[in-house]
Amino acid sequence: MISWPNLVSQLFNGLALGALLALISSGLTIIYGTLGVLNLAHGAMFMIGGYAGFVTYQYTGSFILAVIAGSLFVMLLGVVMERTIIRHFYHRPHEDQLLVTFGLGICFVEIIRLIFSSQSQIVPPPALFQGITNLGFMFYPTYRLAVVGIVAIALGALFIILYRTRLGMIVRAGIEDSVMVDSLGINVYRVFMIVFGIGAMAAGFAGIVNAPVVSLTPGIGDDILVQTFVVVVIGGVGSFPGAILGGLIAGEIISVTSMFNPGYAYVMLFAAMTIVLVVRPHGLLGVQGRE
Amino acid sequence: MLKQRPFLIETLTAIGLILAPFVLPHLGFAPNTVNRILVWGLFGLGFDILFGFTGLLSFGQSAFYGTGGFVAAYLLTRAGFSNVLGALVIGMIAAAATGYLIGLIALRRTGIYFAMITVAIAEVFFFVEFNPLSDFTGGENGLPGVPTPSFNLGFTTLHFTDGWSLYQFIALCYFIGVIIALRIVRSPVGAIFSAIRDNPLRATAVGHNIHGYKLTAFVIAAAYAGFAGGLLGVLQAFMPPDAFTFDTSGQLVMQTAIGGRGTLFGPLVGATVWLFLQDFLQSALGLGAAWKLVLGVVFVLLVCFLRGGIVGGLVDLYGLFSGRRRKVAEREEREAEAGFALEAPPAPMQAKEVQHPAYSGPILKATGLTKRYGGLVANSDIDFSVDQGELRGIIGPNGAGKSTFFKMLTCEIPPTSGRIVFEGRDITGLKVTDVCQLGLTKSYQVNQLFTGLTVRQNLTIAALAELRGKFRLDLFRSLSGVKGLTEQVEHTLALVNLTRRADTQVAELAYGEKRRLEIGLALATSPRLLLLDEPLAGMSPRERVETVKLLKSIARGRTMIIIDHDMDSLFELVERVTVLQEGRVLVSGSPEEIKTNAAVQEAYLGGVHGEIAA
Repeated sequence: MISWPNLVSQLFNGLALGALLALISSGLTIIYGTLGVLNLAHGAMFMIGGYAGFVTYQYTGSFILAVIAGSLFVMLLGVVMERTIIRHFYHRPHEDQLLVTFGLGICFVEIIRLIFSSQSQIVPPPALFQGITNLGFMFYPTYRLAVVGIVAIALGALFIILYRTRLGMIVRAGIEDSVMVDSLGINVYRVFMIVFGIGAMAAGFAGIVNAPVVSLTPGIGDDILVQTFVVVVIGGVGSFPGAILGGLIAGEIISVTSMFNPGYAYVMLFAAMTIVLVVRPHGLLGVQGRE
Repeated sequence: MLKQRPFLIETLTAIGLILAPFVLPHLGFAPNTVNRILVWGLFGLGFDILFGFTGLLSFGQSAFYGTGGFVAAYLLTRAGFSNVLGALVIGMIAAAATGYLIGLIALRRTGIYFAMITVAIAEVFFFVEFNPLSDFTGGENGLPGVPTPSFNLGFTTLHFTDGWSLYQFIALCYFIGVIIALRIVRSPVGAIFSAIRDNPLRATAVGHNIHGYKLTAFVIAAAYAGFAGGLLGVLQAFMPPDAFTFDTSGQLVMQTAIGGRGTLFGPLVGATVWLFLQDFLQSALGLGAAWKLVLGVVFVLLVCFLRGGIVGGLVDLYGLFSGRRRKVAEREEREAEAGFALEAPPAPMQAKEVQHPAYSGPILKATGLTKRYGGLVANSDIDFSVDQGELRGIIGPNGAGKSTFFKMLTCEIPPTSGRIVFEGRDITGLKVTDVCQLGLTKSYQVNQLFTGLTVRQNLTIAALAELRGKFRLDLFRSLSGVKGLTEQVEHTLALVNLTRRADTQVAELAYGEKRRLEIGLALATSPRLLLLDEPLAGMSPRERVETVKLLKSIARGRTMIIIDHDMDSLFELVERVTVLQEGRVLVSGSPEEIKTNAAVQEAYLGGVHGEIAA
């Protein structure tokens, strides 16, 4: 039976998941928009963010340090990955880019499995957000509420970087036409590296923030990656607002369907994606002509 | 090369499959491992047609592998069906039908979108199998008790139980799979698959319905996957639910890339490497779970440094040795032929038969043609008419809207307003493919060739569009079985003077040769109206003279419209000239009139400023 408190709490879950998906997807989508590379290792980077935070938490016991370390580590990983491998693939066909990032993703997952085994690891929520909050009409885990806030702040920060800074202006120009940006005397390859770092950091940040909600396993990024794809297809590739809108839609669909039958969550998500593809092939907020 | 000997690959495959049970045990392969390799190899045959040949990278093949497998297994275990082969075929058909429906959705987009959508679809299948359909599929328990095949031949019963006995059955299936795949790859459809991988835009422009062909490749891959999935159940006497996982799709992609895409045997080689390494690393080296990391690293290195995978690498190596010998022979041949370089030009090629013999008005008539991009008006209210057999030139300063005008005439872009009538038929709003099939095509300003293929293959693809129509499923016909194809290709080769370069890769051609091939591609579709967008651009003076000669020879019996900036050549060639300026028709007339026209001179010599001031 559907009860109102149950529905509302699922809507909240959907919001938390949606915000998280929005953050991860914006990382994926700005990388694709600027560099033209779809990073299939993005899910693995989400996972590594969680583990890097987990290790930091083990040593320091500080959740804030864990978040910082998780994000920075994945950003560094992204920059190294771009410098050593991805940059050699800018002029190769899309299939090769997909293959190499797919392979890297598998390597990342297996390295983590080797170090931490397949057992699940737990990062507790910070003391401030532990327990349950009384919202008046229902009780809700405090940390999940906090996730919505934390992710909203992160998305806001990403928005400011993209829309209010010089770097962001260059990145957005690069999404439009990276050849032109290059010929204006801006070192577009350095911008690419920074964008890859920022995009990876978004995934890593989401990974550690999400860690207290679920337990960490090496395969945690795989499901997220698939959901991220749906988000990007719904929202439109290369569109930051599209990623946010798509993320929220996908999050709510998954949560609300799960209330009735979790087995249908993906079916509904897929149905939504199909409708978008039929009605608006370029995504809700996507631009025609980018493939 | 290998390709020129008929049935060589088939024979070698048969010999290999027959010898395998005698050789492989000595190399440490268990029969069960060999059987699994063959199932992966069969799965991969279809996938290679999709990915290696057509260039569509799908990460969702597990959906069809699982569908075929579970349909077959369900029939054999729960529905009381006893014919194993029949169940496998039904499973294959179910997978192909699923593939058709999924393809309709996934193929709405290309490139990375396609890859992302296939991933999502495969995930949906996984969840559906586990939950809503778990009554049929056994959920996470799978379906145990799948029987092995036996055939009653009257006098005796053949029963393939396990190990090398079952190998015979699976090897036979694989062999039949190889024969079918080879037929498909060598058919006209196979040629068009590689055209789609190489340059989908041009494949569309020469008159192929590439969406239909992509869907075909997708369904073929799904059918192979479905049959292989059924075999997996037979092989393990159990249909495992993990056939549906993303890992299955991923493993297939990796095996294909490791073995070599576009080779058909790559997936088999990749599966061999994969399963061998898995056994070897896990048991012999005691690496335990780390084996997958090693494979991942091997995979990344191969993608980075050896694009063709293992089979591709071997072919390159073979080419290196045999190529050296061939080059020497080729050079001698070329030197011998150098003396005969100037042959008489061949007779002009016939244009397509006229469909409306009674129609005698202008072959092309455009009225009020306008194209706006937001506030920018590229073409504005152009009225334009060309008579049958006419040779028309279009000139105009840069940015006059000449190429936009051509793109609208060939229906690459729709006009904002206005009508285009070709041979009395309104073609406004038709697709570029259909317009080409009607007999109107163009050669591009920037070369749009199939660069990964040879000159002959390029022209074959264009000629096929004319001879077979825009879509036809002659999957089992050989290219030599297409009537008139060889003649048309040879004739076009002679016409654009590339006969001696016929078997050269396009990437190795000189610029002038590529330019001629660009015209040849348009010619091979036998158009009645041919548009040429700057055919002389970037050519040396000598090449220009030759190309003008070529254009004159193909103009017989054909209507042509030519855009070019080289006015000396153009005025020598055409009968009438239309001048475009700022998206409008400035003036039309004979070359003599245009040369002396004051408005034209002003347009070219800075009169533009006056226009803006006014």
